[in-house]
Amino acid sequence: MRKNNQTYIFLLLAAITILHQGCDQETYAQGKRLYEAHCENCHMEDGNGLAKLIPPLQNSDYLKNNQDKIACILRHGQNGKVIVNGIEYNQEMPGKKYTAVQITNITNYINNAWGNDYGVTSLEQSSISLQNCK
Amino acid sequence: MIRYSIVIITAISIFMVSCKEKTPPALPKLGFKKIVDGEEVDHFVKDWSFMNTDSAIVTNKDLSDVVYVSDFFFRSCPTICPKVAREMKRVYKAYEDNPQVKFVSFTLDPKRDTPQKLKEYAANLQVDTDKWWFLHGDKDETFDLTSEYMQIGYEDEDAPGGLDHSGKLILTDKEGHIRSFSEGTDPDETPKLIKDIKTLLKEYEEK
Repeated sequence: MRKNNQTYIFLLLAAITILHQGCDQETYAQGKRLYEAHCENCHMEDGNGLAKLIPPLQNSDYLKNNQDKIACILRHGQNGKVIVNGIEYNQEMPGKKYTAVQITNITNYINNAWGNDYGVTSLEQSSISLQNCK
Repeated sequence: MIRYSIVIITAISIFMVSCKEKTPPALPKLGFKKIVDGEEVDHFVKDWSFMNTDSAIVTNKDLSDVVYVSDFFFRSCPTICPKVAREMKRVYKAYEDNPQVKFVSFTLDPKRDTPQKLKEYAANLQVDTDKWWFLHGDKDETFDLTSEYMQIGYEDEDAPGGLDHSGKLILTDKEGHIRSFSEGTDPDETPKLIKDIKTLLKEYEEK
């Protein structure tokens, strides 16, 4: 009987732990934290950017169609004109020495936040992209 | 029964008192007092003169017929500036058609933010530079002015973009007194500033 009780308690604790983790597991939480720390000041919490100064990431044809460039843009920044959803932007974006893991996490977050559905990238893919940065 | 009556009467009294407070209290004059000719007076922003986006000189005296909201920023600022600009634009939108309100942004990076560059910036922010001034001037004078508007600005090699500064939106009245402010990085504070502008304008209507 005593052993039984212990088993119950163990199972109960295990269940609570699993459930608790489930609650905490926001999608792409790592990427979200990185986004909040490094990207949100300009691209905003809703990914909408600002007027014709900072391009949107939410519902952005540029993000959708340039998946192979994202890793390099994050690491090395971007200079010069870009056209996003038909609007021209020309504001320098600073790069940062993110690791390939961080870049993967940020990419997956912005690809799937705010209703975006631009797929999921892997560490392997990000690493390959980073080796081919111009 | 008596107890009920007391409760009802108290409730009615509270309602009546709150009804009376329809006009909001006058906005305070913020900042440390200044001594002028040996007399203590409310803080006011000292005279300044800067160059606008058409490379014309403008001064604080050109703003003596309006109330204005100001901030300090620089174009290449990678930190708080875009958020502050967004909130500034929210206030701008609220008073877009009211000629009694203007907006003034001082650049902390005059070397890179030339009047021409600021003009482009304003165009990209999609605002009218007659109503929202983007001012360029001497760097030391600009940093000096931050404290006049109760803000902080200083160069710091370690700060992103090389400058550290606060992101407040400051409301100044026609006499140059600072009457309200909001934290430009906190969108929840913006509606209060929008309301305070209305309160301040009422003050002039009543005069």
